[in-house]
Amino acid sequence: MARRIRVLVAKPGLDGHDRGARVIARGLRDAGMEVVYTGLHQAPEQIVEAAIQEDVDVIGLSILSGAHLTLFPRVNELLKARGAEDIIVIGGGTIPTDDVKALKEGGWAKELFTPGATIETIVQWIRENVKV
Amino acid sequence: MCNENGGIRKERQEWLALRSQMKDREGRFETVSGMPVNDLYTPLDIEGFDYLRDLGFPGCYPFTRGVQGNMYRGRLWTMRQFAGFGTAKDSNERYKYLLARGQTGLSIAFDMPTIMGYDSDHPRSLGEVGRCGVAIDSLQDFETLFDGIPMDQVSTSMTINAPASVIWAMYIATGEKQGVRSEQLTGTIQNDILKEYIAQKSWIFPPEPSMRLITDIFEFGAKHVPRWNTISISGYHIREAGSTAVQELAFTLADGFAYVEAGIKAGLDVDEFAPRLSFFFNAHIDFFEEIAKYRAARRIWARRMKEKYGAKNPRSWLLRFHTQTAGCSLTAQQPENNIVRTAYEALSAVLGGTQSLHTNSMDEVWALPTEKAVQIALRTQQILAHETGAANVIDPLAGSYYVEALTNKMEEEAEKYFEEIDRRGGVLAGIDQNFFQQEIADAAYRYQQALDSKQRILVGVNEFINPEEQLEIEILKIDPQVEKEQVERVRKLRRERDNIRVNETLDSLRRACAGTENLMPYILECVRAYATEGEIIQTMKEVFGEYREKPVF
Repeated sequence: MARRIRVLVAKPGLDGHDRGARVIARGLRDAGMEVVYTGLHQAPEQIVEAAIQEDVDVIGLSILSGAHLTLFPRVNELLKARGAEDIIVIGGGTIPTDDVKALKEGGWAKELFTPGATIETIVQWIRENVKV
Repeated sequence: MCNENGGIRKERQEWLALRSQMKDREGRFETVSGMPVNDLYTPLDIEGFDYLRDLGFPGCYPFTRGVQGNMYRGRLWTMRQFAGFGTAKDSNERYKYLLARGQTGLSIAFDMPTIMGYDSDHPRSLGEVGRCGVAIDSLQDFETLFDGIPMDQVSTSMTINAPASVIWAMYIATGEKQGVRSEQLTGTIQNDILKEYIAQKSWIFPPEPSMRLITDIFEFGAKHVPRWNTISISGYHIREAGSTAVQELAFTLADGFAYVEAGIKAGLDVDEFAPRLSFFFNAHIDFFEEIAKYRAARRIWARRMKEKYGAKNPRSWLLRFHTQTAGCSLTAQQPENNIVRTAYEALSAVLGGTQSLHTNSMDEVWALPTEKAVQIALRTQQILAHETGAANVIDPLAGSYYVEALTNKMEEEAEKYFEEIDRRGGVLAGIDQNFFQQEIADAAYRYQQALDSKQRILVGVNEFINPEEQLEIEILKIDPQVEKEQVERVRKLRRERDNIRVNETLDSLRRACAGTENLMPYILECVRAYATEGEIIQTMKEVFGEYREKPVF
């Protein structure tokens, strides 16, 4: 039997908008994944540390503060510095179309889910992109 | 009455017989909160209804019909658009723009570092300066923010919670610079820390010192800033985090009771501070449910304040509230549709008797609003006020079988929550047990599932989709230069101010924190010396410690 996919749902930045992060965490767990939720106000260093400690396949960054262009690159740089760039970084939140393009083209996020995305879409994407 | 209802009961049976042969369309008939509703309401649904006991007259106990005797015939609600971004100078220009277009009060949005008590040059502030609101580090920024805006003529609402004492002190000190005495200042600080632990999650200190700061503010306000609303007890964020309407109502009022009890415990007379308590509710998309919520809120508050807390001043019984339309009801898809949603929500707030209103802009799902979008949002209120006739008649839906039955239902359901909260040992105990957080998370998840399964239709999102849709609205961008400029500004301030005086005032504050004196005068001294917000908060953290959540989902 294949092992279960492990996901870290992480909430970087200073804002307290955790509704999306919690709903997604629960949806992924209900879909059979192992989910770790960091809680709020996490620095990129804390997120990367947690991802390595928990040995996750995917980091999902939930960002609604507008700081996505700073935070995604920072998490990626830290993963690289720790030799953990095999962890897939995805994200969600209120990220304008131009920024989605910039983050994906820059290789800072494999996929981004914006308002209106269903839990099912996210589950599907993770199943298709994570080899277990 | 009995005979009359007997007749109604009989005819209702006949109607039901006819009705049962009709096929209803597919779908769930329930409010947006998942509360089932009947297809028809009649006098049978409000049996025992007593006009004087349950409604009374406007401006009279129990205030179900409104807090003023003449409501909008006297004065329209305050049209108060929440705004703030970039540097103090950028926001100052936006405020002047809004005031010039007929807005009647200011409402300041702060950026996340300010909300969390960090200066702009703190490592945690990286990438967040000026993004979600205006960046404030010191009194200097506040002076810029109000440059050319006479503080004795404008009422200002400030959405600030954990560091409310510091930001309020900056407002008072800026008034001093303009020659305006604290007694002349009018406005509101949100200052509602309980809903931060419950829903919005912008906390700094643990609950106990946070509650002390709040009662210090109540006391200071009563003595020195008597026209200021020292707290805005907020359901808005509880609802945005995914709660139902009943949860919003019950948790907000429970927070209100907790503040009243804290004030009394701190030795204050309830009638000394209760008249300055104000509320802030969400206006979500389920029209009637929202109206019932506001009406029930006024009635519950009046009864409790009078009967349980023994308040004697009628002003202590009044639940005055601000409303904001529901950000969480807006969609990223077809954003122009949000104008329509917001208009319906605004109408429910007005029919529910709000004292002030913020209407969201259509583009706020994506970013801070552009000027054009803000203007449409403000015009929505002006059309409501001057064209629709909604402001002509007081509480016009009273007596509707549905609205009265729903108002009663909201009250009953809220009472059940109050009992549950009491059983758990009160609001602080409930927070510690994750009770509120879990209830809200459950409701949010149920809502998402209803959307994903299309049991609930959201226009443009899961139905009536434009497949070729391209976002065609303009998005406000914050120049990264803002952060750089603000960081330089605070560093320059630290070099140029009298640092000996800054350190003295911070030392005094530290000692006061360890004691029991009212902290406001100490915080004011720090602010006047141009200590930064981050330095003041850091000083308090050294004594009070920091709050840590237990993450649940």
